[in-house]
Amino acid sequence: MRAPSRSDMPETGRSFGPFRSPRLRTVEAWLLLLPSVVLFAAFTHLPFVRTFVDAFFSTPKGRRPSHFVGLDNWSDLAHDPIFWKVLINNTWYALGTIPLSVGIALVMALWVNGRIPGRGLLRMAYFTPTVLPMIAVADIWLFFYTPDYGLFDQIRGLFGFAATNRLGDPSSALVAVMVVAVWKEAGFFMIFYLAALQQIPPDLRDAAAIEGASRFAFFRRVIWPLLMPVTLFVLVNAVINAFRTVDHIFMMTGGGPDNATNLLLFRLYELGFKFWDQGQASALTVVLIAVLSTLALVQFLIAGRGVHYR
Amino acid sequence: MNRRTHPLVAAIETAFAWALGLAWLAPLLYAVWTAFHPPAFATRFDLGAPLTLENFHRAWEAAPFARYFLNTVVIVALIVASQIVLGTLAAFALARFTFRGRDLLFAVILLQLMIAPEILAVANYRTMKALGAVDTIWGIVLPYLTSAFGIFLLRQTFRTVPQDLEDAARIEGCGTLGVLWRVYVPAARPVHLAYGLVQASWHWNNFLWPLIITNSVENRPLTVGLSVFASVDQGIDWSVITAATLMTSAPLLLAFLVFQRRFVQSFMSAGLR
Repeated sequence: MRAPSRSDMPETGRSFGPFRSPRLRTVEAWLLLLPSVVLFAAFTHLPFVRTFVDAFFSTPKGRRPSHFVGLDNWSDLAHDPIFWKVLINNTWYALGTIPLSVGIALVMALWVNGRIPGRGLLRMAYFTPTVLPMIAVADIWLFFYTPDYGLFDQIRGLFGFAATNRLGDPSSALVAVMVVAVWKEAGFFMIFYLAALQQIPPDLRDAAAIEGASRFAFFRRVIWPLLMPVTLFVLVNAVINAFRTVDHIFMMTGGGPDNATNLLLFRLYELGFKFWDQGQASALTVVLIAVLSTLALVQFLIAGRGVHYR
Repeated sequence: MNRRTHPLVAAIETAFAWALGLAWLAPLLYAVWTAFHPPAFATRFDLGAPLTLENFHRAWEAAPFARYFLNTVVIVALIVASQIVLGTLAAFALARFTFRGRDLLFAVILLQLMIAPEILAVANYRTMKALGAVDTIWGIVLPYLTSAFGIFLLRQTFRTVPQDLEDAARIEGCGTLGVLWRVYVPAARPVHLAYGLVQASWHWNNFLWPLIITNSVENRPLTVGLSVFASVDQGIDWSVITAATLMTSAPLLLAFLVFQRRFVQSFMSAGLR
């Protein structure tokens, strides 16, 4: 890229920027974009396409290279009870963690935005899980859930209840890992609500006070509508996280007992890197992408109305 | 809290808020307690328990944490630096240049927001194998060297810079990179900082892709090292495990305590707008 010479001067078309011919500007733009475009292509878009292709090919085994198998991977997946179990698990996981973490985040934000005693400390307490590595805190939660010695059972013991094995029991294990996910994420989402709350002009509150509006009415009629764009942003993140947050599964349950805590991305890891079944794993990746894009589209269509981003 | 809130209601709210705060801090408080006391007190709360650093010592001896730390620092530095530089270049082009296919390109880039590299792990692993990058630091960082989120964020910022500033710089004789460096980069400094902090903490904590792509001590980051350490080596020695856990989280935690306001503000500004 050279410095502009004076001969470039007469060109002043604003949309192209001054002093430059449009063609030169185009070349410059592509040069600026080149490194990112190459990296995106290599590690996002081409693998994306390749995954769709691989889903119709067999897994290469020893000397037998991959060959076209049509819908075999798909029918295998459809006949795999674990796949359906994982899909249902992840649905529950999403339905449980998304509203809970977003709801708690909102309450937290309202609290630390108000005049609560110890506001700064409280804000820090809520936010701390966000900066801790999930893999590290999962360790500590694992201990909390330990039968007999764990924190939960010690507290229950004080009231004379018997020991429990939440992570070892298929009926409670999924809820146990969901609690960890909510704990990890609520403080993160709180930050976005807090930022939005701080931008609401104080006059609004004064006006509502003069009108005699109750706190709840003020929240429902004024605050909540103003928070809609943030809620949408947080929801999009929460949905993606519900299909992406699996670190604690590795540490706490390994997907067990009996696949009770197995989620789509964890299953993808198992198929792809424990069983090295490339065909199945590719088909499952396509399912995961389909789920994510459907949800993104739904959110965009439903919640996107009335929310304006520039 | 609203002026007209009844004092009793306010007191109850405060109590709930603090109960929640305590619950949110509990895992960390427990980890600190256990890590700094002898194993005998791992599950017993006793104010008279002696303090010790023995657990940290044993954890440090039991696994190559120094190596893991070094790897993580290198990985985070490479990723954050690259994302900021490449993101700035790309965002500048998308914000201030007009060329055919620009909006389509931007939309295609944003696809990465939804489809993170770890979701495409199977295909990316094959790519790394072809590149000979399996079990290397490069294998870990390559998919993350540029980010749609960063580009999106910086593009938004650059669009708020008045065009007149750019025109003035051009008249002063700045070329395209000069304009970027003198006008746009200073305007984006808070966003760079915010984004850098968020990404640093994200990649310090990243686990799944590094787990997949590495299998040796030489290239493992802390998170993967910790998971191997906690699951294989230690059985259920909670004191040592919590000590290792705290070591792993300590740099981020300290940075967070020192730069708390900055950190929180960064997360806010990196997420909104």
